[in-house]
Amino acid sequence: MENQFLLSLMVGVSVGGVAGYLGSLMLSKRMALVAGPLGHLTLPGIALALMYGFNVSLGAFPFVILGIVLIWLFEIRTKLPMEALTAVVFASGVAAAFLFLPVGQAETALVGDISKVRPDEAAISVTLCLVLFLIVRKIYSKIVLVNISEELATSDQINVKKVNLIYLGSIAVIVALGVKMVGGLLTAALVAIPASTARNLSRNLTQYALGAMIIGALSSFLGILLFRMTGFPAGPLIILVGTFVFLISMVFKR
Amino acid sequence: MEGTFMLTVKDLNVVLDNQTIIENLSFEVKRGDVLTILGPNGAGKSVLLKTLLGLHPYQGQIKWAKGIRIGYVPQRLPFIKDIPMSIRDFFELKESAEREMENILGSVGFRKDFLQKKIGDLSSGQFQRVLVAWGLAGHPQVLLFDEPTTGIDISGEETIYNFLAKLKEERDLTILLVTHDLSVVYKFSTDVICLNRQRICFGPPQEVLTPESLRKLYSGEVKYYQHKHSDTGA
Repeated sequence: MENQFLLSLMVGVSVGGVAGYLGSLMLSKRMALVAGPLGHLTLPGIALALMYGFNVSLGAFPFVILGIVLIWLFEIRTKLPMEALTAVVFASGVAAAFLFLPVGQAETALVGDISKVRPDEAAISVTLCLVLFLIVRKIYSKIVLVNISEELATSDQINVKKVNLIYLGSIAVIVALGVKMVGGLLTAALVAIPASTARNLSRNLTQYALGAMIIGALSSFLGILLFRMTGFPAGPLIILVGTFVFLISMVFKR
Repeated sequence: MEGTFMLTVKDLNVVLDNQTIIENLSFEVKRGDVLTILGPNGAGKSVLLKTLLGLHPYQGQIKWAKGIRIGYVPQRLPFIKDIPMSIRDFFELKESAEREMENILGSVGFRKDFLQKKIGDLSSGQFQRVLVAWGLAGHPQVLLFDEPTTGIDISGEETIYNFLAKLKEERDLTILLVTHDLSVVYKFSTDVICLNRQRICFGPPQEVLTPESLRKLYSGEVKYYQHKHSDTGA
């Protein structure tokens, strides 16, 4: 029991921290909105994983990739606004999942469950988070520059396509890890809330990026702690703690 | 090294979304030149700058001098205020050395402690100066400048153009500049391209900016009236 709780905490803190860190990049160009449809689109994958008993993140991953291809098609091919993507993909992800999602497991799919995470799953998740953190840290300033202006990035000899590909790939991995923890419905909040909070509190990029990571990790930690104390599902608690911290940050906005 | 070609463009064609934006454009830029790209809205001026930077696919030839360093000053950066960033952060995105950062900010008239200031708190004039400074970091030999807003005070009397003229001397720059502003062309540039999809004129402004070429540049229909008798005596 104790070990199980510690495993959940480890996974929660790593995924929450890296989601916050990556999320700090996604506030520019309204990319945080994209995490919403991506999360929802994973629901059919989660449903399949639950039916056949394999890891939820594994089931979600191909669907995130599908989502990213859709974003690419929408943005580059049709030039439709992101809101259109949200409307189309959000609903179809949920609808497809409910065709075959076992009703008894709907809660796990929608709001996640890391209370029964196995040691091997935990090891993989924590390792992936660490690798993801190192990759994102290495290209963080490049992504910021690309987000600000592709022209500036190009004039600074940055390979914009390559950076964007790594960036989208990182988002895919964190969404797949996030849906296991907080479910398909809440993953967008996992990346958006800590970054929004940090944005309120910081005056420079270092404070902002580190702040988002710490707030993300802390929200997960407190959320999982509350889950142990109250027995409510951990996913929604993590998000609600994050929202609470965000509301406090509004008071101290700089 | 006077007279060295920094850029040679030959038979450049740019087609975006099945629309021809630039057609058969040829020109060259020598070291130390200030080339102004002049033309009405939608003439392809900004597209030309971006194509020169390598951002748009093209046909024809764009040949920069070997190993050249290019600085780019955009018109605006609408997304920069999405995340909190100090001026120092903005420069560190370019991996400029600390000393260079202070040096460059000095040359656009800011004190060292300005680095801590949040980008979101700058006035538009200050922000434009920061953009120029950013373009100058890394010692570019060529500066591409997309339509600086005219009328912004750099400091007191100084306009962005006086300021650029000064920088050009100090830093041995070659400048490519997009503008609407005719007075700038006469005062500041060595050459001008009149661009309206095609090249309407190219050369020193005093020689090639004739009433005829300007009329042609700013009204697409002018060629249909060429056979008529001129109604001006000038």
